[in-house]
Amino acid sequence: MRMTIIEAIQNAHDLAMARDDKVVVFGEDVGFFGGVFRCTAGLQEKYGPSRCFDTPISELGIVGSAIGMAAYGLKPVVEIQFADYVYPAYDQIVSEAARLRHRSGGDFTCPLVIRMPSGGGIYGGQTHSQSPESLFTHVAGLKTVMPSNPRDAKGLLLAAIEDPDPVIFLEPKRLYNGPFDGHHDRPIVPWKKHDLGDVAKNYYTTPLGKAEIVRAGSKVTILTYGTMVHVAQAGANEAGIDAEIIDLRTLIPLDTETIEASVKKTGRCVIVHEATKTCGFGAELSALVQSSCFFYLEAPVTRVTGWDTPYPHAQEWDYFPGPARVAQNLKKVMEV
Amino acid sequence: MHKDPQPLSLHVPEPGCRPGDAPDFSDFIIPKAGEARKPALDASAQSMRDMAFSIVRVLNKDGKAVGPWVENLSVDQLKSGLRHMMLLRAFDARMLIAQRQGKTSFYMQSLGEEAVSCAFRMTLKDGDMNFPTYRQSGLLIAGGYPMQMMMNQIYSNAEDPLKGRQMPILYSAKDYGYFSISGNLGTQYIQAVGWAMGSAIAGDTKIAAAWIGDGSTSASDFHASMVFASAYHAPVVLNVVNNQWAISTFQGMARGEVATFAARGHGFGIPSLRVDGNDYLAVHAVAKWAADRARAGLGPTLIEHVTYRAGGHSTSDDPSSYRAKGEGHAWPLGDPIERLKTHLIMLGAWSEERQTQAETEIMDEVREAQKAAEAIGTLTSGKSSSSRDIFEEVYAVMPPHLVKQRKEAGY
Repeated sequence: MRMTIIEAIQNAHDLAMARDDKVVVFGEDVGFFGGVFRCTAGLQEKYGPSRCFDTPISELGIVGSAIGMAAYGLKPVVEIQFADYVYPAYDQIVSEAARLRHRSGGDFTCPLVIRMPSGGGIYGGQTHSQSPESLFTHVAGLKTVMPSNPRDAKGLLLAAIEDPDPVIFLEPKRLYNGPFDGHHDRPIVPWKKHDLGDVAKNYYTTPLGKAEIVRAGSKVTILTYGTMVHVAQAGANEAGIDAEIIDLRTLIPLDTETIEASVKKTGRCVIVHEATKTCGFGAELSALVQSSCFFYLEAPVTRVTGWDTPYPHAQEWDYFPGPARVAQNLKKVMEV
Repeated sequence: MHKDPQPLSLHVPEPGCRPGDAPDFSDFIIPKAGEARKPALDASAQSMRDMAFSIVRVLNKDGKAVGPWVENLSVDQLKSGLRHMMLLRAFDARMLIAQRQGKTSFYMQSLGEEAVSCAFRMTLKDGDMNFPTYRQSGLLIAGGYPMQMMMNQIYSNAEDPLKGRQMPILYSAKDYGYFSISGNLGTQYIQAVGWAMGSAIAGDTKIAAAWIGDGSTSASDFHASMVFASAYHAPVVLNVVNNQWAISTFQGMARGEVATFAARGHGFGIPSLRVDGNDYLAVHAVAKWAADRARAGLGPTLIEHVTYRAGGHSTSDDPSSYRAKGEGHAWPLGDPIERLKTHLIMLGAWSEERQTQAETEIMDEVREAQKAAEAIGTLTSGKSSSSRDIFEEVYAVMPPHLVKQRKEAGY
């Protein structure tokens, strides 16, 4: 059936909660109201207030208490209302959730999913638009996931819930309702009218650590994830370049095999992400590609990213690395 | 009437005495033993507000147990309490020396605070969970955790259950109700609340105990914990161990020199009280009361244990450079071991001779454990934990990039 990413995420919660009564869901406005983006709609009514509930406005409290619950033996799936709000919980994520298994010699573990809408495109300014993925990929002990369509959102979230370790689940909020390709001045096709909106009703998982080639090509490899998967496709189409586009889906663990095989085939690599450039995840991808594919490369590895500035409000579309910038960089790489 | 604005000045809290001064606790008001009332188990925070400003004390200066908090513990219970505290003190003494001898990198002792963790532990049941700081090793000693295992951890030897990954004394012992210690302060407090919420969600009967020091109550983790514990009526005992010093910073800094740490509970509607942390009987009674409240579904209790850190913060600081000389001796609540010993002697169940004998036996027991641990290895000799273990258990299943790095490291 056709679902939006929001419905796919709600459906994943629903199936996980029905299957395992250890799964508990909480966060700000998550219970009665069903979340500001509606990703937990109806869960409190169906599973009761002790399995899906509202919390005080304290990200530290949400994640810290979830770690305790996970150590107790439950499977918390918590929502941070916007990824931009996660920082008060950062110590709990980095020093606690990520290291509990290791530091206790396996005595305690932390099976926990922390969901958060990320990325721009909604005129959210600097506090509702950030893409903080590299703050998590840099931390040993965490897995970091970002889907780009409803089918993967459901399968990856269910895989994250099954995972025995803490998983950061970033939801590109601009994709919630349709495959936004960066053309902010055009209407988007809703997921309901898009093939990628086809989501199986049953329980299924999409394995963590596996990338997907969303478009095969021969001239250049584009490594991307989240909203930029769709922007990259638009950029490649507009540049008229036969690009192979890889949706990484999981950043850690990273599917290096798929990446290496593709770049060795095409000889060129462009990395596209919304987050700021310096020390962004693209830097890691770039280092990986140059060290493992150096003798296959015909052009320097190129990054198309957000600028190294705070995310602006009114100037959003000059900040956002849209299809025009992707196309321009693709052409540049092809000219080398 | 218009006045010129006066220049403002910043107030920075400072203790009454520092090195060079005579120790002075004259501002410290100590109620008489037996004076504090014992509220009903379901008393509201409002109805016992005064107890956050007083101190529950049971043992008087003659070693007699007095007042409504007397529980009539058996002589055997009292003797094992004394033994636990003596074991902890002897253990600390040996490990402090071991650190000075270079057998480990670091150590932190519980000197002077033994009653807090040792008495508290006896009120918990199997399956309950402590979220301790580094100064509650008595929870392990009184809980029957093998001393040699603690030493294996301190030495990071081949039998260290934490596989050499953690600094000394950051133990983890799930089966003994002891959560893995992190090392960055305060984080465990909200986790204890979450663990307790988990128990309630699961319809379990287990409770959690959260631990934090006076200094770390300043951290936002403490505030979040209080909000969550009060909002969800979590079955948790919230302990603040006020041992007067956060390394070199006096406790007045964290509480703004006003009110008490217990009074922090009032804004959250959490029943809060202070207890004489050097009085084994008082700690036991108050802990039991709070644990019973949690078990009865009456929610959290905040306990401020008023005690004194008789030693340094760790092996890395010298308290004589920031505390008045003799402050420990001037501490008006005395020594927890001395006080329980006096009580047992007063009951006719103990004597100075037996105390001396017990000290020898206990030290032998600790030495025995130490010998066994050192036969395996210390940080600098013998069989140490494997470097292969650096890469294990970062995740349940080792991801490809770690497999690659482990090979690169040569393991």
